[in-house]
Amino acid sequence: MYRYDETDRQIIMDRVAQFRGQTDRFLSGDLPEAEFLPLRLQNGLYVQRFAPMLRICIPYGMLSSPQLRRLARISRDYDKGYAHFTTRQNVQFNWPKLEDVPDILAELAEVEMHGVQTSGNCIRNTTTDQFAGVTDEEIVDPRPYCEIIRQWSTFHPEFAFLPRKFKIAVNACPDSDRAAIQVHDIGLQMIRNDAGELGFQVRVGGGLGRTPLIGSVIREFLPELDLLTYLDAILRVYNRYGRRDNKYKARIKILVKALGPEAFAEKVEAEWAHIKDSPARLTEAEIDRIKVHFSSPAYLTVEQIDTAAFEKAREENTFFGNWVNRNVTEHRVPGYAAVTLTLKKLGVPPGDVTDKQLDALASLCEQYSFGELRVTHEQNVVLADVRKDQLFDLWTAIKPLGFATPNLGTLTDMICCPGGDYCSLANAKSIPVAEALQARFDDLDYLYDLGPIDLNISGCMNACGHHHVGNIGVLGVDKKGEEWYQVSLGGASGQDADIGKILGPSFAREQMPEVIDRILQTYVDQRQGDETFLDTYRRIGINPFKERVYASAS
Amino acid sequence: MPLLLDSGQQTEDLWVVLPRSDTPADQTIPDGKVLIHLASWEAQRDELKDRASEIGVWLDSDDEPERLATEALSLPVLAVNFPVFSDGRGYSIARLIRERLGYTGDLLAIGDVLVDQLFYMKRCGINQFRLRSDQKTDAAVAALSTFSDSYQSSVEQPLPLFRRRPA
Repeated sequence: MYRYDETDRQIIMDRVAQFRGQTDRFLSGDLPEAEFLPLRLQNGLYVQRFAPMLRICIPYGMLSSPQLRRLARISRDYDKGYAHFTTRQNVQFNWPKLEDVPDILAELAEVEMHGVQTSGNCIRNTTTDQFAGVTDEEIVDPRPYCEIIRQWSTFHPEFAFLPRKFKIAVNACPDSDRAAIQVHDIGLQMIRNDAGELGFQVRVGGGLGRTPLIGSVIREFLPELDLLTYLDAILRVYNRYGRRDNKYKARIKILVKALGPEAFAEKVEAEWAHIKDSPARLTEAEIDRIKVHFSSPAYLTVEQIDTAAFEKAREENTFFGNWVNRNVTEHRVPGYAAVTLTLKKLGVPPGDVTDKQLDALASLCEQYSFGELRVTHEQNVVLADVRKDQLFDLWTAIKPLGFATPNLGTLTDMICCPGGDYCSLANAKSIPVAEALQARFDDLDYLYDLGPIDLNISGCMNACGHHHVGNIGVLGVDKKGEEWYQVSLGGASGQDADIGKILGPSFAREQMPEVIDRILQTYVDQRQGDETFLDTYRRIGINPFKERVYASAS
Repeated sequence: MPLLLDSGQQTEDLWVVLPRSDTPADQTIPDGKVLIHLASWEAQRDELKDRASEIGVWLDSDDEPERLATEALSLPVLAVNFPVFSDGRGYSIARLIRERLGYTGDLLAIGDVLVDQLFYMKRCGINQFRLRSDQKTDAAVAALSTFSDSYQSSVEQPLPLFRRRPA
């Protein structure tokens, strides 16, 4: 992964000093709350329902073992001993004290971490595929480009006060998309043109929130060296012309929709023509410099790995076999596998980890995966480089930690925001719904029979739980001060991205397990052959589900 | 309050900022050094020709810097207004005035100009700051050198860090 040089380190130390000064001025009354607000947000600090919340950036999801240990220590020393992985590959502390935040940021800076631009109306963390660099599906490792974007977007002088927040995601797989790039402000699909040159298909104006939209392609092929100047052009058009009169209409998707994607693209191209050959243009040398940081670790050859023992264990032990089938992913290097550790254990809010678990993850990635780990947008973590002959040991080690629930990709591997238990924006609690569903659908055989289903829960229409793109989406709504839940069906976040359709009137929390059960029964009754839930929904439409769910005696 | 310069030094603020007028052609332009809104200058620039050294033009955050005629680029002062500090359009406007139009005179930030935005303003080519009256000068001077280096190309340093990194 990327390691700082002296300049990177100095810049991040300068940031800590800057925020310490700003916090002092706020606490002494020199800096009014309204003016401190965007400054603290751009360092990840929210003031939440019960306490401040601090969001720490994990660039495109990559963490090292010293970073994990530092997060564990911070959660012990400054918080209540746990942290929460988010749907954008970041991590949050829910209980820090405002006056401690500069010290926390200083501790993070020592391990090359920060809270820079994890909130506020600026360019946020760039996200990508959690299997980047290890999947044989990709045409190139997207992480060097994410790092290049990270550096370009960090303290960009022109784009710190955009109309609204701005999220970029990169995908390098032609046939799959684990980064949900079509629902980002900018989605970059890495491609090769007919001449074999590397570049990006550029999509703009996707997003969730109140106005869920799939992004539009504004350029079919952007050569890789033009990446940064083209991003500058898009951001400049948005900064100048995006709406600032209404925060619900301020995202770039509204501008793209209002102008039309073609007219928007023309504006970007016109701007870009002025700057494409400026010194801001990326260089081969820089791409090469960054790529060195993402070179392959010292893999053994497949002959050095006892894969036969692994295959034997897989056959002999059904539980291990189930886990391998579900939670272990093929690796581009023979003899290796990528392992997803699920943070979706019954009774634990999705994405939550204790300090002890963070320390354990640090040791696990040192022992099994070259000291690195990735956070996924489904709020799980991945050990990306595990030898197959060590999978059984790893499985044995993670079972008591609660990381081996073999439910990856199934109904109970839910995405869920912190909801009304923690977040001051939420209309409704989301975690109790997730827990009730996990309790109701705890039969693994049934879950396996249902196959892949994304169930996503958001506590409000800001959509941090990505409910629009869940095959089943649940949205917390407020009806006269009471918490209700609206269900949508048919959303998807991959290459076939789609926004879910609302099923009908919303439900009380205690009705939710029964509602989901009826939806699942409809699928089971109607499916043909190997159809997934999404396939069946796309074939039969929403009505059969609606009829069953709203039939009497609910 | 004196004007803060990008060097951290201060100088007397001699400019009177005339507000935007609904009838720019009829706006009375007083004697002395005056900053007038782009629309007023466009409407009256022939009459103001003889006063070139004491007229400056300011742009609001919804103005298009592309509208600035060539004559405007020889004025001693242009200014960018920040109606509220969180309106970031002024940063793009400043860069366009410097990088696209090639303006080399003084570029002022006016309006809601606060300590914590100065560093970015400076990088976007603004070299004089009319701070909001409650801002503390020592904090403002310190803010001008918040970061020891920056990643991106800017007016101040056109070469992005990746073209300057030690090997």
